Amino acid sequence: MRRVFSFLSNWMKKAALEMQEYVRLIVAALSDTFTPPMYRHDIIEQFDALGFASLTVVLLTGLFTGAALASQTGITLDQYGARPVVGRLVSVSMVTELGPVLTALMLTGRIGSGIAAELGSMVVTDQINALRALGTDPIRKLVVPRMLAGLLMAPLLTIASDFVGVFGGWAVARFQLQVSSDLYWSSVTDALYVQDLYQGLVKPFVFGFIIVTVACHVGLRTKGGTQGVGKSTTLAVVAGSVAVIAADFFVTQILVWAFY
Amino acid sequence: MADAAPAIAFDRVNLAFDDKVVLRDLSFTVPKGRTKIILGASGSGKSTILKIIVGLLRADAGAVFVNGERVDQMTEQELMKVRADLGMIFQEGALFDSLTVRENVGYKYYEESDMPLEQVHRRVEEVLGFIGMAEHIEKMPSELSGGQRRRVAIARAMAFKPGILLYDEATTGLDPITATTVDDEIIKLRDFEGVTSIVVTHQLRDAFYVATNMAVRNAAGNVEIVPATPEKTDEAEFIMLKDGVICFEGNADELRHSNDEYLKTFLS
Repeated sequence: MRRVFSFLSNWMKKAALEMQEYVRLIVAALSDTFTPPMYRHDIIEQFDALGFASLTVVLLTGLFTGAALASQTGITLDQYGARPVVGRLVSVSMVTELGPVLTALMLTGRIGSGIAAELGSMVVTDQINALRALGTDPIRKLVVPRMLAGLLMAPLLTIASDFVGVFGGWAVARFQLQVSSDLYWSSVTDALYVQDLYQGLVKPFVFGFIIVTVACHVGLRTKGGTQGVGKSTTLAVVAGSVAVIAADFFVTQILVWAFY
Repeated sequence: MADAAPAIAFDRVNLAFDDKVVLRDLSFTVPKGRTKIILGASGSGKSTILKIIVGLLRADAGAVFVNGERVDQMTEQELMKVRADLGMIFQEGALFDSLTVRENVGYKYYEESDMPLEQVHRRVEEVLGFIGMAEHIEKMPSELSGGQRRRVAIARAMAFKPGILLYDEATTGLDPITATTVDDEIIKLRDFEGVTSIVVTHQLRDAFYVATNMAVRNAAGNVEIVPATPEKTDEAEFIMLKDGVICFEGNADELRHSNDEYLKTFLS
């Protein structure tokens, strides 16, 4: 019993310490965002690395998700003779839930792991210490550009994913379910309310912030050599994914309460 | 008054990681323009001293002064100003692996100053020429040998003309010939640029080489490394650390003739 208590107590202490350090990182990064100097070159580089470089993965995910969604819901809707409204289901599901969450999960795998591995390698090879010794604040130089890129590129990528998802749904509706294009597109627009669009934009903003800050936090706290970098990379993906899904629930609750 | 202050001073500095005491009541000073060589076995706290000077680690107790300013209680922001006069060469070089040699050496100018690019390029080429690495200027760190990486690290640390250079095991893992080229750079910087140096090492050969040689220009204007005069040799002081405590402090001659059993074992 004492062992269990000691284990739980240690686990809670570690969790509290991690949370404290995570909050510290966020506060420092936010404060550095609004004070000079600003590493513009790094910000542009990160917009490219996090945003444009992720476009293919995100578009493919959106396209196939929308197509699969139309295919699956078509079968269910058929039971009620409601096949023509498949566009409604695809658009609402993609915009409010699947688009933001799946894009965020793909970004966690792609950029979360990359950030943790890059920063972790810099920690274990003393490059972070070298930056500090050369008078550079690593948070300002490394975390702020990534955080800004995550905040702004995740919503843009999600919008792109939503569009191709609805397009993928159209392809299945038109050629597999034999729903006319006019009917599909009118049901897509009829079903979407402005509140849905708010949801679809607020969520990726939050997710982008979470993915990048969790990955930066995990990367900068890497210990040990290459093994430590591997552990950090895995942790960044696992913790980032769980955080995104948990945040999705809470953000949905808040937005439903606020808008509907 | 500040000019008379030593470049670096430790006053009863203590540091422990959990239950492990790393430094205990450590006190020493390094006058400006001099060299202090810190010897000791692995884990004796040598590198920790350098990290405390730069502010990468904080002492639990005691006071640390750099150029007369107390640094152990400074905020990270305040430390940035102190670091402007400090250059550190890390164990494996710690070069930024996504930047070229040129970008590594000129990092501080490119990122942290408004100096015109042409002037920065000139300074980088000058520094790389000084350490004989000019032909590698466009290479990536991964294309360099271990010795070349250390020399580029020295170039990066000296590029912004700091008054103090801290060498953390700069020659560890290098063959004797390459290690000598790195030692020569340390000597040249000390004797031509008047840089205050702290050399942390467990390589006795390199420690004595730095302490007992000096750099001069011959009649043709070329740099030569020659045996140091007795006065010059006396300027290089040694510290031997054992379990975070100074067990010897003195010059090369005193170290060689010490009767301390631990020192004898270390020197043998």
